[in-house]
Formats: sequence, C-alpha cells, structure tokens
Amino acid sequence: MKSILIKNGRIIDPAQNLDVQGNLLIEAGKITGLCEATVTADEIIDATGLIVSPGFIDLHVSLCEPGFEEDETIESGTAAALAGGVTSLACLPNTSPVVDDRSSAEFILLQAGRAANCNVFPLGAVTKNHEGKELAEIGQLVAGKAVGFTDADHPIENAEIMRCALEYTRMFNRPILNRPQVPELTDKGQMHEGYYSTVLGLKGIPAAAEAIMVNRDIALAEMTQGRIHLMCISTLNSVSQIRRAKQAGIHVTADVTPHHLALTDQMLESYDPNYKVLPPLRSQEHIDALIEGLKDGTIDAICSDHTPHATEKKSDEILGADFGIIGLETLLPVCLQSLIIPGHLSWSELISKLTCGPAKILGLAKGTLAAGADADITLINPDIKYILEAAHLKSASQNTPFLGKELQGRAEIVIVSGEVRYTAEKK
Amino acid sequence: MNIDHEYRTDISSGWTRKHILGLQDLSKDELNIILNQASEFKRLAAIGETKLTPLAGTVVANLFFEPSTRTRISFALAAKRLSADTVDFSSSGSSLSKGESFVDTAKTIEAMGVSYVVVRHKTPGAPQLLAQHLDANILNAGDGTHEHPTQALLDIFTIREHFGKIEGLTVTLVGDILHSRVARSNIWGLKKLGAHVIVCGPTTLIPSDISRLGVEVSHNLDDVIHRTDCLNLLRIQFERQRGHFFPSIREYAHLFGMNKQRINKAKENVLILAPGPINRGVEITPDVADGPHSVILGQVSNGLIIRMACLYLLHLQRTASLGIPG
Repeated sequence: MKSILIKNGRIIDPAQNLDVQGNLLIEAGKITGLCEATVTADEIIDATGLIVSPGFIDLHVSLCEPGFEEDETIESGTAAALAGGVTSLACLPNTSPVVDDRSSAEFILLQAGRAANCNVFPLGAVTKNHEGKELAEIGQLVAGKAVGFTDADHPIENAEIMRCALEYTRMFNRPILNRPQVPELTDKGQMHEGYYSTVLGLKGIPAAAEAIMVNRDIALAEMTQGRIHLMCISTLNSVSQIRRAKQAGIHVTADVTPHHLALTDQMLESYDPNYKVLPPLRSQEHIDALIEGLKDGTIDAICSDHTPHATEKKSDEILGADFGIIGLETLLPVCLQSLIIPGHLSWSELISKLTCGPAKILGLAKGTLAAGADADITLINPDIKYILEAAHLKSASQNTPFLGKELQGRAEIVIVSGEVRYTAEKK
Repeated sequence: MNIDHEYRTDISSGWTRKHILGLQDLSKDELNIILNQASEFKRLAAIGETKLTPLAGTVVANLFFEPSTRTRISFALAAKRLSADTVDFSSSGSSLSKGESFVDTAKTIEAMGVSYVVVRHKTPGAPQLLAQHLDANILNAGDGTHEHPTQALLDIFTIREHFGKIEGLTVTLVGDILHSRVARSNIWGLKKLGAHVIVCGPTTLIPSDISRLGVEVSHNLDDVIHRTDCLNLLRIQFERQRGHFFPSIREYAHLFGMNKQRINKAKENVLILAPGPINRGVEITPDVADGPHSVILGQVSNGLIIRMACLYLLHLQRTASLGIPG
C-alpha cells in the first residue's frame, strides 16, 4: 500500500485538540503522524489552502438497499457519502426486508465491500419489522456487526418496549437511536405548528410532540442505565431537557441535521415538498437553541439524515409527498453556511461534531488523526463557491431543496483506509 | 345583439395579475377591481344582459379533485355566461391512484387548448403548483384548508352591497377556523379592505397563531355579538373533525349556534352570512337561516358574478400579455 504525504495543510483534529499548519504522513493504511515537509512518500498531496480533517462520520443514512434500489443503492449512497467527505456511515435498517436479523446486516457489509467506497456500519432494528411489538434478535445482529439499534423513522412508541430495549442492549454496550415524536401529535402533520402552518393551511406538528418523547426516553435511560441517542433533535425544549439530563449524568446523546439549522418553517410557503422533513423545519427560536446546544456540548453530532426518494415516486403535491431529503453531499456546505460563516462555531468545534462526536456515540475507533488511527481523512476546501446542480450529485435521488442554490465549501480529496477514494472535479 | 363593448372597461384598468391563487397575494386595489367588475356584471344582469361574449372561443377547464356541488356549478355557469367553452373534470380520489400525477393530468387537459384552469384540490398549494407548471391562468376554487378566494370575495361583495363599504365594519367569523379555507381568505381580504375581524369559536378550532394575522380572538359569541355588523357562520366540517374538538353537536350549538335568542342581542341591522352548505340546527337554526337578517341565498347568486369577474380579469391579463387587442 502506498504511503501518502499530505503537505502544508491546516490540520485540525479535535480529538487531540490539534489545529496546526503542517504535514501528515500515512503509511500502510494508518496515520503515522505529523512530520516534516521533506519526508519522502509514494504520493504527495499539496493541501495548501485546505483543511485536513478526520473523515466525517454520519450516524444515520438511508441507503435503501435492499428493497428500494430506485431511491438509492449501497453503491450510489456510499459514493454520495465520499463526495460529501463522509468516510464512515451507519445505515438505517429501514430496508425491505428490515435489518432485523444477522443475515441482513451481513448482506449490507457484503455490498459495501463490493462498492469499496466508504466504511459502512449497519444499524439493526430494535423491533421485528419495525413494528414496535417484539424485540429483534439484537444479540445476533451484534454478531453480524450492527453497531447500534433503531427503528429508523418509526419512533419507539411503547414505553415498555423501549425500557426492555435499553436494558437488553446494555448487555452489548450498544446505543438505542430513537427519533422522538409522539405519533398521536404528529398524525397527518405536514410541518411545524405555528404561524406558517396556520397561514398555509397545513396541519401542524407541535414542538411538544418531540419534547414529550425526549422526556420519556431520558427517564427510561436513567432508570435502565442504558444508552439512548436522540436523532434529529429540533426543538428548544428538547435541548433544555438533554442539557439537564447530561448534567445529571444520564447516558443520553443527541444529534441535529444541517437542514434543521439552515432552514425555517417559512420555507414551506413555496409548498415545495423538498422542505417537508421529519421532524419538521422549525422557527428561528428553535434554531437558536439548537446552535446553543451545539456550542455547549448538549448536542454531540451533526448528521445528514440522508433520505433519498426517486423522482418518479415523488409527489409534487405536498400532502402526498414523503418526508425527508438527501443530505450527504450538502452536509459540509450547509454546516458552513449555518455555523461557520455566521461565527457560531469554530472549525475545530464543527469538525468535532462530524468526527469524534459521532464516533464516540457508536463506540467506533475512528474520528481522529492520532498516530496509529485508520487513515480516514477528508481534505476540505473551505472557500470554493459553486451552484449545486443535479448533474453533480452522486446520489441516485435529487430530493434536496439546495439544488440551484449557491453553496460554499466542499470535500476536495477523501482518503479511506489510506487510499484516495474521491477527488473533486476541478471547477 | 353584440354587447361586447357596451359594458364599462375603465373598471378593470390596472389589472395585471395572471393567477388568482389566494387573497393573501392581492392588494387592496386588486380586490376593489374584482368587486367593481362584479358590480358591473350585476348591473348588466339586472337589465337583462346575462349572456356576454368576451371569452367566446376560449376554453375554461374546471378541474375538481375534491367533491363540490355549488362551487363547481357556479364556475361552470360563470364561464358560460362569458361565452367560454368549458370542460369539466371531477375526481374525488387522488389523481395518483389513477397512475397519472396531478400535474400530468392538468397538463394533458391544458394541451387541448385550455387557457383558464379553475382548480379545486384537497392539497394546500395545488393551484400554486399548477401555476408553476402550466401556461394557463389559474383560478383557485379552494385548496385544502389554505384559501378559497372566490368564496371570500363573494362574502365581501355581499357585505359591501349591504353596507355600502367594508372599511370600519366589524365582521365576526364564527366556528371552525382551524380547518376553514374560507376563514383564511376572508381574513386576508377583509383586513386589507379595512374591516375589524373577530374570529370566534371553540379554543380547539382556533389556531394559536391566528392573532398574528391581526384578528381579534374570542371564545364567547355573546361577548362579541353586540358589536358585530356581520356574522359569517362557518360550516362545521364533520368530515374534517376527528371527534374530539368539541364534545357534542348539542354543546356546539349551545355555545356557538345562531338562534333567535342570540339575534336579539345583535345589532338591529346585523347581516348573517353562511358559506354553506349549512347544517341547519348546528351553526344556525332554520328560523334565522330563513329570517330577515340572512343573505345566504344572495351570497350564492353573488358567487356567480364574482366568478365571472375573476375569469374576465384573467382573460384581460391573458389577451394583454399575448398582445391581442381587448
């Protein structure tokens, strides 16, 4: 395997509290460490003007295979990940069949190996077929290398099932990832409940729908000593509750998506289904609270929640449209737009939410540039500006509200296990 | 008799809008143009000029993706009164269930030479979607719980006819505001024309942010009825109720129904409107519905001329944009 010298980059590794101008050497798929510019290597990458970051880690991505290959495949989804600077992703078990047994998890690893793009870590189902009734074979799924458990877009409704799941997974030291929304309050809802839902005549989803289940999950985590991870937090109240729970030493972690930081419920004025996501886009006061939560460590990670929908399946009418948008390829620029450019987070803080933060949640020995670590590296071009066009996208689907918009920042070169797997096209 | 040029054309000057999607978009001047144009058509009808010819040779498509009787008939007749040819499409189910998307269905019909599309759909924003994809002028005939501009215009026209003005009047919308497109359109239109608007109904049927539209919120009809010039009794939409917004129809009628006792507390010349179809004995008792304050049937006939005015104005925009002399 070739050795690589990355020269003259701004090397940022929050796990080591490192932010220096320098050179990084990679040998045999592992990071050797910082070095002089004069060291010899098989390949030299000039990183002038670029940020050298640990490869990004995305905690929940829909790869849609098997079952929904018209939306995305493991090959196209992992290619999109690389183009977004993501070197490791955990994929949701919301396939058909659902990943609720060992063979399904192993199939994903097999396909990911064939695609040879980024690292893929399967998430297993908490309950059989995501029905919320009986636990899936969690021990067998662990044997099949599932790194965590979730019923994806189905919140775990029954508190007794959630209690058992938290207790049972404790045996394997794996987290439960839940998307907290009380179904009674989200039923038929289309968008955040507030002024704009009133004006637009779309049924609202109140912020309380999330807060109620966040509260329950924290109480159950405290009782069971299990590990709960709350996906796609979107409200002020959730942030406050998680902050208090962390202060009390409860094992709770949380993530947020870039689009919940960048977009408000006002966007629905266009009735564009690409603004229909779950949880819904909220109002500015919630965004401010989410940013505060990122700053003080209440929110541990930022995830794309990549949710592809094939064009031919997508409804133009908002009521018939499915929730969710693709996000792998806009992860970095949208974070830049909503967090770096306005000065809310430093580069080091942002990178921690994309690397060591998520790595810790899933217990992955990744997300750092420390000597001996896997050489998963993303070289960021923080300055480049471009218009996002459908033809640029590696994902099989194009359901994103950022198409046609000007974005800043992209992954320039992406290295996985010491190999250059992606180089951005010159523009 | 050719009556093409016998009606006043100065009324419509200044109209440049291509679509009528909702009253939220319209300016005060545009609202007045529609109301004045409708007055002109009403004047002509009164002297027997019921069949006008400005839309001769054009096609109006009425696309109703949601059941409707009165609005559909009213639009069809309005188009015929202006001598347009009409095509009607009704589908109560989802267009997608037929395998063709809503936009594709509309495009197919447009390709038959349609210039004006009247659309009703259960999805809010559906007319806006057609406006993006079609070349035709779009007229919203009700989109979900979003807007129903022609219904609000005919309500406002009826009020203006009765009081001679809108400015300074207090109009109370009673009932299910949450699920009412008629309420939203009425609020936008009435506020722009200078009315004071009160929304009155059970707390469960009034969305919390409605006050940001500049309306007064009340949950007690008896508190506001004495200072109301016009009551608009919205229909309780049983098909949209989920069974827990209020405990019983009896209790609703007791708290918000319009009956003889309540009328006695109202101003002497109070005007009672109801967009209909009315549930007799729920929102309104039969004696009040058929009584001297009620203009429910007058609203229906005004609906026809409002829709004529809207179609005519869209036609003026279209011919002007195509460079055809009007």
